[in-house]
Amino acid sequence: MATINLAPATARDARAAARPRPQRAPLGRRVRRNATAYLFLAGAVLCFAVFSWYPMIREVIMSFQYTNFAGNTRWVGLSNYRHVLADPDFWSAWRTTGLFTLFALGFGYAVPFFTAVVVNELRHVRSYFRLLVYLPVMMPPVAAAFLWRWFYTPDDTGLFNAVLHALHLPSVQWLQSSHLLAVLCLVLFSTWINMGGTVLIYLAALQGIAGELYEAAELDGAGILRRVWHITVPQTRLILSLTLLLQIIGTMQVFLEPYVITGASNDTTTVVYLIYQYAFNFNNYGSASALGVILLLVLVGFAGGYLWLGRRLGEEE
Amino acid sequence: MRRHAPRRRKAIRGLDRQTRTLVSQAQMARPLPRAVYWVVFWTLIVLFALVFLFPLYWMLSGGLKSAQEIIRTPPTIVPGAVEAGNYGAAWRDADLGRLILNTAVYAFGALGFQLVFDVAAAYSLSTLRPVFGRTVLFAMLATLMIPTTVIALPAYLTANNLPFLHWSLLNSPWAIWLPSVANAFNIFLLKRFFDSIPTELLAAAAIDGAGPLRTLRSVILPISRPILGVVSIFAVIGVWKDLLWPLLVLPDTSKQTVNVGLRQLSVGLPENVLIAALAIASVPTIVVFLIFQRNIMSGLTAGAVKG
Repeated sequence: MATINLAPATARDARAAARPRPQRAPLGRRVRRNATAYLFLAGAVLCFAVFSWYPMIREVIMSFQYTNFAGNTRWVGLSNYRHVLADPDFWSAWRTTGLFTLFALGFGYAVPFFTAVVVNELRHVRSYFRLLVYLPVMMPPVAAAFLWRWFYTPDDTGLFNAVLHALHLPSVQWLQSSHLLAVLCLVLFSTWINMGGTVLIYLAALQGIAGELYEAAELDGAGILRRVWHITVPQTRLILSLTLLLQIIGTMQVFLEPYVITGASNDTTTVVYLIYQYAFNFNNYGSASALGVILLLVLVGFAGGYLWLGRRLGEEE
Repeated sequence: MRRHAPRRRKAIRGLDRQTRTLVSQAQMARPLPRAVYWVVFWTLIVLFALVFLFPLYWMLSGGLKSAQEIIRTPPTIVPGAVEAGNYGAAWRDADLGRLILNTAVYAFGALGFQLVFDVAAAYSLSTLRPVFGRTVLFAMLATLMIPTTVIALPAYLTANNLPFLHWSLLNSPWAIWLPSVANAFNIFLLKRFFDSIPTELLAAAAIDGAGPLRTLRSVILPISRPILGVVSIFAVIGVWKDLLWPLLVLPDTSKQTVNVGLRQLSVGLPENVLIAALAIASVPTIVVFLIFQRNIMSGLTAGAVKG
């Protein structure tokens, strides 16, 4: 849903700053005005402080500490990080998370876009398509995940194997066979339940493309695929790059799919799931925090790279 | 289906307005492209039904099958002997009524808190503009980069033992309501909408002697209905779909949400009863969505494009 376009807001602020300041109000009134303003802000700021900012700092602190059951803490330097990096589960979790992200990009990113492009060409009952694609989004995700786990049943009672059976194809051990296939199955589910939101965003963005552009391209002899590549994609570039970033950040935090569908079997433990295991199965808060900080650095790295790339591309134009 | 007529009228109206897309109307009028169009059209109709409706049908019908029938190979498409009792058993054994009620209380409570505190904060940042307002906004937006899953552990420890007060919020709705207020995205959407309100309107209210609260209530809120709708949808869906946070802060079985409860009850239930439970758990949101789908869809797309 996120179109985090800061441009209008910052432009407005810049304009406000450029305007010659009106004569300063008397001190008393300024204090009163600020007091009122902070009164309005107080509730949200307090919630941010307690549940966002403070935990953030605490996470970094805890990653350098050892906490035992009695709540005694002592500083242990980098030992939590060393422990996490030496854990074979760490690399396995990153491999799974990386694979998940990769598949989600190859599959989960392309499918909604092409669905939107094709649906946008349809002249009839378009609301039918929009309605259907959004239905899974409205399901409680755990209910949907159990439903899919049932579809993936390895014997022929599962829906997918029943379909293969009906087509006289051999059945597949979806979640139990290879790590690769298991992750792919999770991505398939994830795409199914999440694509509604992105399809709606893309459909709205496609409506904004001026018809003249297609007209001109067609006169120049561009076929449908070239029109998609040279008109549709560049015209929706902003939205596309934003959903790309959000999808990378979102899929790197995947937790629900392995937690509910595979239950970490077949090495499908992801990074966030591993954090959860450290913290609540092994009560190892230090390692959980250290892994959290590592994940955070990776995510911030992605976001920073995105901003840097966006600026670079912006300068070139 | 009941509302077939108006929806159809809208589709036709949309057609008139429609600007040219990838394929031009003229090209579409020619016989071959026209045939291709109809083939693609019907393929998509069937494909969408298979991908998005059939799983739901499979769930509803699976919940009606007997314990023997549900493990039959190949599975039956229409349940042979309808066992409606599964739904009753699921409702009873999984305590679904309580789970759904709990989730509704958490979701709508979170909505209320967000509408009060986030609207007030966005209004303050947009219109009252206190000193360090931009710093506060930046600190809020920075949390968008810090996903909740990453700080779940320290946030859980904090909720278990609030700083200074040393209260524990575990197993109380406050553990869901208060953290939901720290929603930078909704504040951002609201602030951006408030920014677009003409300053003349606010100046007029000020000249008429309206204080900040009065201006917010009588001038800003009435014209902000679209964005309030979007934020409300996000607030409710956010709570309804969350798993990790309620899993941590609501360990008591009687306090759990649909997501957490289903996951925990799944172990003891027979397959067909579990499927029936999934179907029941999915009903409230899907029904609400189908009733309000036009408002929700237009709200979502408007929120996404214009904010």
